[in-house]
Amino acid sequence: MSLPLLTILWALPLAGAVLLIFLPKERRDILYGTALTFTGLVLALAIWLFIRFDGATAGPQFVERTAWLGGGVQYHVGIDGISLVLILLTAFLMPLAVLSSRNAVSSRLKEYLFFFLLLEAGIIGVFAALNLILFYVFWEVVLIPMAFLIGVWGGPRRVYAATKFVLVTMFGSLLMLAAILVLGRLSAEAGGAAAFDILELHRLAIPAGTQTWLFLAFAVAFAVKVPMIPLHTWLPDAHVEAPTAGSVLLAAVLLKMGAYGFLRLALPIFPDAAARFLPALAALAIAGILYGGCMALVQKDIKAMVAYSSVSHMGLIMLALFSSNIESVQGAVFQMLAHGLSTGLLFLLVGILYERAHTRSLADFGGVARVMPVFAAFFLVASLASLGLPGLSGFVGEFLCLYGIFGAHSIWAVLAVPTVILSAAYLLGALRRVMHGPVADDRVRGLRDMTWREIAVTAPIVVLILWLGLFPRTFLAKTEASVSAAIRLIEKRDRIFVRTSAPATEAARGEFEERRR
Amino acid sequence: MIPAGWFFAVAAILFGLGVTAFFVRRDLPTQFLAVEIMLNAANLAFLALAKPASAAAAQTIVLFIITVAAAEAAVGLAVILVVFRRRKSVRSEDLRILKG
Amino acid sequence: MDASWLIPLAPGLSAFLLIIFGRSLSRRLVTWLACGSVAVAFSFSLLSALRLRAAAGSVPYPARILLSWIRAGDFRADISFRFDPLAAVMVLVVTGVGLLIHVYSTGYMAREKGYARYFAALNLFTFSMLILVLASNFILMFVGWEGVGLCSYLLIGFWFEKPAAAKAGMKAFLVNRIGDAGFLLGILVLLFAVGSAEFSAVDQAVSGGAIAKSTATLAALLLFAGATGKSAQIPLHVWLPDAMEGPTPVSALIHAATMVTAGVYMVARMNALYAFSGTAAGVVAAVGAFTAVFAATIALVQNDIKRILAYSTISQLGYMFLGCGVGAYAAGIFHLVTHAFFKSLLFLAAGSVMHALSGELDIRRMGGLRHRLPLTYTAFLIGTLAIAGIPLFSGFFSKDAILSAAYAGGHRLLWAAGLLGAVLTAFYMFRLVFLAFHGGERTTPEVRDRIHESPSSMTVPLLILSGLAAMAGWIGIPAVLGEKADLLRRFLAPVIPVIRTPHAGSSSEWFLILTATSAAGLGLGLAWLFYQRWPGLPARFAAWCPGLHKILLKSYGVDEIYQAVLVRPLVGASELTYRRFDLGLIDGAVNGAGAATRFAGRLAASLQTGRIKDYALGFLLGTTIFLAWILL
Repeated sequence: MSLPLLTILWALPLAGAVLLIFLPKERRDILYGTALTFTGLVLALAIWLFIRFDGATAGPQFVERTAWLGGGVQYHVGIDGISLVLILLTAFLMPLAVLSSRNAVSSRLKEYLFFFLLLEAGIIGVFAALNLILFYVFWEVVLIPMAFLIGVWGGPRRVYAATKFVLVTMFGSLLMLAAILVLGRLSAEAGGAAAFDILELHRLAIPAGTQTWLFLAFAVAFAVKVPMIPLHTWLPDAHVEAPTAGSVLLAAVLLKMGAYGFLRLALPIFPDAAARFLPALAALAIAGILYGGCMALVQKDIKAMVAYSSVSHMGLIMLALFSSNIESVQGAVFQMLAHGLSTGLLFLLVGILYERAHTRSLADFGGVARVMPVFAAFFLVASLASLGLPGLSGFVGEFLCLYGIFGAHSIWAVLAVPTVILSAAYLLGALRRVMHGPVADDRVRGLRDMTWREIAVTAPIVVLILWLGLFPRTFLAKTEASVSAAIRLIEKRDRIFVRTSAPATEAARGEFEERRR
Repeated sequence: MIPAGWFFAVAAILFGLGVTAFFVRRDLPTQFLAVEIMLNAANLAFLALAKPASAAAAQTIVLFIITVAAAEAAVGLAVILVVFRRRKSVRSEDLRILKG
Repeated sequence: MDASWLIPLAPGLSAFLLIIFGRSLSRRLVTWLACGSVAVAFSFSLLSALRLRAAAGSVPYPARILLSWIRAGDFRADISFRFDPLAAVMVLVVTGVGLLIHVYSTGYMAREKGYARYFAALNLFTFSMLILVLASNFILMFVGWEGVGLCSYLLIGFWFEKPAAAKAGMKAFLVNRIGDAGFLLGILVLLFAVGSAEFSAVDQAVSGGAIAKSTATLAALLLFAGATGKSAQIPLHVWLPDAMEGPTPVSALIHAATMVTAGVYMVARMNALYAFSGTAAGVVAAVGAFTAVFAATIALVQNDIKRILAYSTISQLGYMFLGCGVGAYAAGIFHLVTHAFFKSLLFLAAGSVMHALSGELDIRRMGGLRHRLPLTYTAFLIGTLAIAGIPLFSGFFSKDAILSAAYAGGHRLLWAAGLLGAVLTAFYMFRLVFLAFHGGERTTPEVRDRIHESPSSMTVPLLILSGLAAMAGWIGIPAVLGEKADLLRRFLAPVIPVIRTPHAGSSSEWFLILTATSAAGLGLGLAWLFYQRWPGLPARFAAWCPGLHKILLKSYGVDEIYQAVLVRPLVGASELTYRRFDLGLIDGAVNGAGAATRFAGRLAASLQTGRIKDYALGFLLGTTIFLAWILL
């Protein structure tokens, strides 16, 4: 393989962003066309990678590694099954998000699309990076465009929401930066050849006391992103204020970065500390499941309701990750996809409704299904997927999560199970208040149903939701080996002490791969 | 041969005068002059220290300071001139726009 | 060739087409698609059942894996079907009654705007129900289980512009979800205890002693929690009466004949597990018997024709669970079958009444309809005779099978409860007949002018169901009347071993038949006294104990109790937590951190006076301190 496919994958949207700068800002069609072309190319490439990816191998594939910064910091990218599906999810939603913005964004379109493409580059980078410094750079790159998307194109309280988003997330990532630097030092002392290399860090034995502090720093950074309670407070504000496409990406992909961080970094690098804090983290996850569900029950704004439902769903994903057996982690990864799709779809639909009615308050609607039957059908599918109806994507993930959690600690599963009742309550409750009942007033009567363009944006998601529900093995097969490798790391089965006189890293890695097989 | 102590004494007196002038006077040009005097007191101390060791570095530094001081005097006086044109005043108490 | 796995295909395909293109298809096409697909499914079912009967005795029945669905680690779930006698009976009921109700609906719903939407949901329901009964493992069964729940939600809320309908649909889904949470946990317990979700694996584990009794009991009870939700047993029965907001054919198909019996089917399917546990079977029987009497008492005083039938359904489902609980699983299924016929007949006839009376539901505003609607009256009467357990009608045989099993198993209390229920059933059903069809006409004049018998698309299914309701009992004639007469039980024997069913001796069998008949007769007689002979009597009774009457009218206030104990506290506490904790404390802490930073900044900013001399003084002091530090 000669082409650096992964570099192209994250550089493509960046190139698109740069190209946008030189385009005339009043030619909206050209701007859209460019953004669509580049996101479309990324999607095509991602699909190609998905097909080419060998699901039976655990180690990273499409690896690229060259010298980058001084001090042995390498440019090192590669994807395993977990990264692969998350990248595919990102690449899939991005063109749809761009398409959906066509009517929603009227001012500063060029900058808007610029930030979108930058965001995509950052997200793909996060999932592909195998070097901590590189990971951190991409991690922060994601933050900036998102903050601008909320702060410039958001709702009335956008500046407050954007500031809160930046500050709270930055608080976490600074802790992580400090921990990264300490880790680099530790790895250098142990004689690691490539500084900050994630694969090497996976094999690094760190004293328990140090692990505790470093783990906490990482955990806070990722828990903010997930978000786990009580660090969730930025999410409802960000969601409510963000433009539709921003919300879609925030919920569908950005939250998954937190879970990914736990799975890729926090748990496998610090397995002892992770084991120590597991009960506490699990308790927080369970609390998040129930708390998010209860809060979603009493929201008056549809977007806030969906935001709290994300807190609840991400709680289940985290609980499944902390259960760390193959079924639960497979379920968690799958549920990340499923939640990304169903919540993304919900946000898109809420956006469509908001564009027409200019309100998102549940109380302002009623009888929408009479005037917008197609919309109501889509909304129903999104809700059902979100509440885990069998046959749709949500069930497979939810059931696998619960199965794995039950296998690890049956009491956790018992505590988490009320989520199936709560999610039905808030989703169908919202559905009833918005869609059913007599047509509320003349404004609702005047709403027009979804246009073909809007159907074109949402229908692919529905198709994928169905596909995931009926043929989940398309994705499960790609992640199985990677997930079991990750679990072995978390359970320390692969941990070896790095010798001070380490041979060339490649050799060590090869040996490592051998053992995995 | 004058002992080094005398040089230091003169430098200290000069510096003290500069400080006193800076705090007593209220117009910018004079305060600026006071700063220059402090600067030259420092130069004197440098040379006095350098003499017994006959260190070339100290003398180089002094030459640098003189050059920089000249440049700084030109810029400083120009700033004062602009301030005077804008505000019709060179009293340092009047210039408080940097208050936080 | 075994074509059983093709049964769900046609309704599924039709549902898919109707969902996607329904709005642009003509009504004619929708009708043909919807009814035709169920007819195809019915013929496949019939063929497969006949084939099964021909090959009787060739157990075990293999599961046919159609698609390997989920694989993760040790967990696997397949889309696989198993067609055995129990599935055959269920499939025939679902497609047979389903077909009749589809045809009936073409007349009943003819003027509806959402014609295609209605049939899309009805076909989807048939598809899901077939998945439920054909599934060879719990995971796939759960797919069907939730699928029928969804269709029930959609069809109860078919007239979604009516707030009561929308609310009832949601309530049905939510109450079912509470049961499903238990069901899900039950599946998990079994999965880990047995290592597989296949029914055959569970049966093997039970017979091979690979599962502990306590685990089996736990799993069985959790699964039964799901059954109480789906089959509307206490304490999760509250959704079914409200579900009557849906179109009447839906009530007939989903909320009488098929979906609500899914719980009974599940318990019968797991008969080995329940029999092994013992405790769980006892709980099933007790809940069933209690529900049977409890719901029947409520039905005594209701005035809404559909609500009476709904409580009657709850009560009859209780009988089925009673039968399963005392070990007479075949009798439970037998009653399921006969109930499917006579209850859907009753509902369809009630629908015909509503159709004739421009949607009137209150039996106090009916009366004397037997002359105006002779066909409907005949059908309703046959249904009533069947449900009341009048000898030779279908309900008599199935109810007798359950009661005699309870008696023979030594559960005298449960038997007595069943008998009491039988009296009550006969009473409230004949009350309904007398009030609606006999006596003087109490309809409003404008309604009276428009009374008409229903179109043939509605009456033909009524006729067919009348025949079935009258005669379906002959497939389960008690052993006293003929050694080989008990067709259904012998057909089901490969799935439900006869050993599990308790038997009464022939003398006590005759005694039981006699008591059951006299119970039905007593109910009928009382109803005649109350509503024909002395019509003033009911009002006097109500005045005599007004408290009881009111409690019964309010259905024991269970809804209100749930509202006060569960719903309102949960929502209230969430609301309070949201305001105080989420917005107050957590958000307050974050915003507080921001405010504190700003305050500190302002404090520090006050040092910045803007006066050059102050800064110079700062230099001087700093330098002095620094020098002092170095020198001293």
